Formats: sequence, C-alpha cells, structure tokens
Amino acid sequence: MARTSPFARRGHGRTRGPGRGLGRSRGDRRWGEQPLGSGQRPPTSLVVALVMACASLMVLDTQAGDSSPVEPVRRAVGEVVGPAESAVATAVRPVSVVPQWFRSQSSLRADVDALESENAALRSEVRTAGYDRNRLAELEGLTSSARDLGHALVPARVVGFGPSQSFTGTVTIDAGSSSGLGPDMTVVNDDGLVGRVLRVTSTTATVLLVVDSGSTVGARVGESMEMGFLRGRGDAGEGGDLDLELVDAAETPAKDDTVVTWGSRDDAPYAAGIPIGRVTAVYESLRESTKRVVVEPFVDVGSLDVVGVVVPSGTESDRGLVEADGSLR
Amino acid sequence: MSGVRVLAAAAAVLVAALLQVSVLSQVSWQGVVPNLVLLVVVAAGLVRGASFAMVLGLAAGLLLDLAPPADHVAGRWALALVLVGLVAGQVNREARTSAGAVVATVAVCSLLGTTVFALTGALLGDPITSVASVLGVVGLALLLDVLLTPLVLPPLMAMFRRLEPARVVAWQR
Repeated sequence: MARTSPFARRGHGRTRGPGRGLGRSRGDRRWGEQPLGSGQRPPTSLVVALVMACASLMVLDTQAGDSSPVEPVRRAVGEVVGPAESAVATAVRPVSVVPQWFRSQSSLRADVDALESENAALRSEVRTAGYDRNRLAELEGLTSSARDLGHALVPARVVGFGPSQSFTGTVTIDAGSSSGLGPDMTVVNDDGLVGRVLRVTSTTATVLLVVDSGSTVGARVGESMEMGFLRGRGDAGEGGDLDLELVDAAETPAKDDTVVTWGSRDDAPYAAGIPIGRVTAVYESLRESTKRVVVEPFVDVGSLDVVGVVVPSGTESDRGLVEADGSLR
Repeated sequence: MSGVRVLAAAAAVLVAALLQVSVLSQVSWQGVVPNLVLLVVVAAGLVRGASFAMVLGLAAGLLLDLAPPADHVAGRWALALVLVGLVAGQVNREARTSAGAVVATVAVCSLLGTTVFALTGALLGDPITSVASVLGVVGLALLLDVLLTPLVLPPLMAMFRRLEPARVVAWQR
C-alpha cells in the first residue's frame, strides 16, 4: 500500500490534458472517494478512435477479398517476422523436441512395432534412435514421396504454428519464393497431404492445413473412385477429423477406404493422387438424404516438422530439391 | 526516455509473439498456447493505465493479425487487445500490486480477448466450427494464461514500472 503515495502525488499534479475533464466526470461517479483513481479512465475519444480503426480495418480486409490492400502489408510484416520465426525455431529446436518425444510416444511406439516385425536386427537401433535419425527417416520418407508423386519437392521445416485461439489451422514454413515456392502449391509430408501454400515471402511461406475450417479439398475415395469434397472442421489440435461430402450421395464408402486428392489442372492448388486419410465413420440422415463421411487424416498436424512442397520438376531453387526420381539436386 | 519506453514495449510484444508462434506451440495443449502477447498488454494496463495499454494492444494485435502464419481478417486481434488494454487499465490502483487482483485481471482479460476474437469471427462470417469447441478453446486459453501469470507478469510489470515516466501526462497528451 505504500506504493500508492507516489501515485497520489502524481495524480494530483495532473491538472491539464485533453482527457482530464472526461476522466474526472466519469470517475467521480464510480471512484468518487478516490480522486487518484480517476486519472486512469482513458479519454473516450481514444477508445472510440482505436475501436473504429480496428473495425474499419476488418471491413477493409473483408470487403476487398483477394485484392485486399492489407495483403502487401501482410507480406511486408512477413518478410521481417518470418525470418525471425525461423531463427527462433532453429535456436530452440534441440530443446523443444524433448516434450514432443513424450507427446508422440504412442505414434513412435507404433512405428517401432512395425519395424520390429520387419527387421529384428533394427530393433535396438530404433530404440536408441536419436533426434537426427528421426529427421533422416523423415527426409528419406520425403524422397520416396517424390518418387511416388512424380513431382519435385522442396523440403522445408515448420517454424511457426497458428494458435488454436485464432481458430485457424495455419503454419509457417522456412522456405519462400527464393526457394521456388508460390501461392497454391501443394504441401505434403511422408504421411500424406498437409495443405496448400497461401502466401509467400522471400524466405517463408504460410500454409493452410487441411484441418482448417476454411479448407476444401477435391477428393476421391481410392477404392471406388467416387468424388467428393473434403472440408476441415477447424479443430486444429490433435486428431482433427475431416468431413467428406460425396458428389453422388447414393454411394457409401467402406470403413478404412483411403481418400486421395482428386487433383486440379497444373497441380494448383492440389496435385492429384496424394493420400489424405482414411474413412472412419459414415453417418446417414434418412430425412435429409445426406451422408456425412468422417475422414481421419494420415498426417498428424499437431506434430508437423519436415514437409515438402510440390513444385514443377526443374524449378530453380536456392536449396536442395528432391526430384521425381528420388535424387537430390 | 520516451523512445526507450516505446522500444522496450515493442520488443516485449515482438518477443512474446515469436515465443508464442515458434516455441510455445511445440508444447501446446490441443493447439492452444498461452497468449503471451495478451499478458504483455495486461501488464502494461496494470502499470501504465488504459490509454497506453490500448495503444500497445492495437500495435500488438496488428502484429498477431499480420505476421505469418495468421490468415484471419486483419484487425480482429487488434480489436480484442484494445479492449483488453481498456479493461486492464481500469483496475483500481489500490489493488494493482496484490497477486490476487493481478491473476483475476488476467483471467478476465483472457476470457474477454479470446471471446471477442471468436465473436468478430462469427460476425464476419468465418466458418465457426461449433460453440462447444470454441468454449473449450476459450477455457483452455484462460487456464494456460492464468497458469503462466506468476512467471510472466511480475517481470513484465517490473519492466513497465521501471520505464514509467515521471509524468504520465506526457503520454496521454
């Protein structure tokens, strides 16, 4: 309480200032017996100005759509903050992967089990596998992904996650236009489809994950070739499922059917034939004659690290490119 | 001195934003991370009053809105954090140094900030998933913010207090 005395003196010394009158007239009502508290009320004009500024910015950004005047500002901020995110992520990576080990314990165990059955001799090595070994395995996985897809991949690492508080599923990766990336390119990892590139700066890119509620992917059920649209639910945390809406509502996919991308012209935004996930449940509503198909993505978006961006073969890039034949260039 | 103050506040916000996106996300709980930027704005409000905290909230919110990997409509976090600054700055000076009041302020501000952000999204026609999942995120964010308060708020408040000018008037003019 001794702290209040300097404030009290300071408060009494404040005789002028634009917000003074407003502050006092309101403050008297609520804090009548504490004149020193009255100075805390901000001028109403400031409150109104700041709130209006935010509101008009929102309207501006919403109305203008893709040609939003905010877009160049986003890029400029990204040019500065993106490399900083990369630097911070790189600096803390050796420490920050430790909790990830614990978190992905169950998935790691599944991997190890599979390896055990395949090759008993590898068992001890896998158990003692260090961080770098996992990394190498992921890169090797990417190499085989490139071979399967028939495209070149630019390898990149995730350096920033959008928090769930923002209700969007987006991540920053540490490759940008100088590595040959551009908007609407497909992002994969060795498990399957991750998402697509939204915008790039020279050294970083923002990726929209398939689990985002704004993400729609043209998809095809692998077994029956039925087509449909996959929408994210926005549960960006662990185990975010996707909803598949089939074009032909009469068809019913079987459980565990694999869903792959349907692909677009010039591979933008999604290249064809990339595995997305598997069907886990089908809900049918007879009254509305609609079907809701739940798809569990192969990719665990909670623990993304090494990803690959699908680029046309032969793209100029400032980093090693995984070519379609699996070679590094 | 004024330049130093602005620089220190800007640095605090930038460091908080970077930690939030690149470091804390590694240990996130269902994707929810402690909202460090919000804590910086609350600390500024408690020490320096509403006007300063609101301006800082605007700047910090714009950073969250524009820096990658953000992809929502710009201005949403800015509005949320301006209101957080407003509320944090209204806390009675008598109560400001008590730990209970600080924690209560953080709780109210976290609730307010995340809720305002979600509501603006609903107003602007963002595909909101479900009320239940939004409430879950709001509650989890509140819990994490409160848990981090004892670690983060004291040093932040000490920093803002040390940088407090002899005349607060200079800022509001």
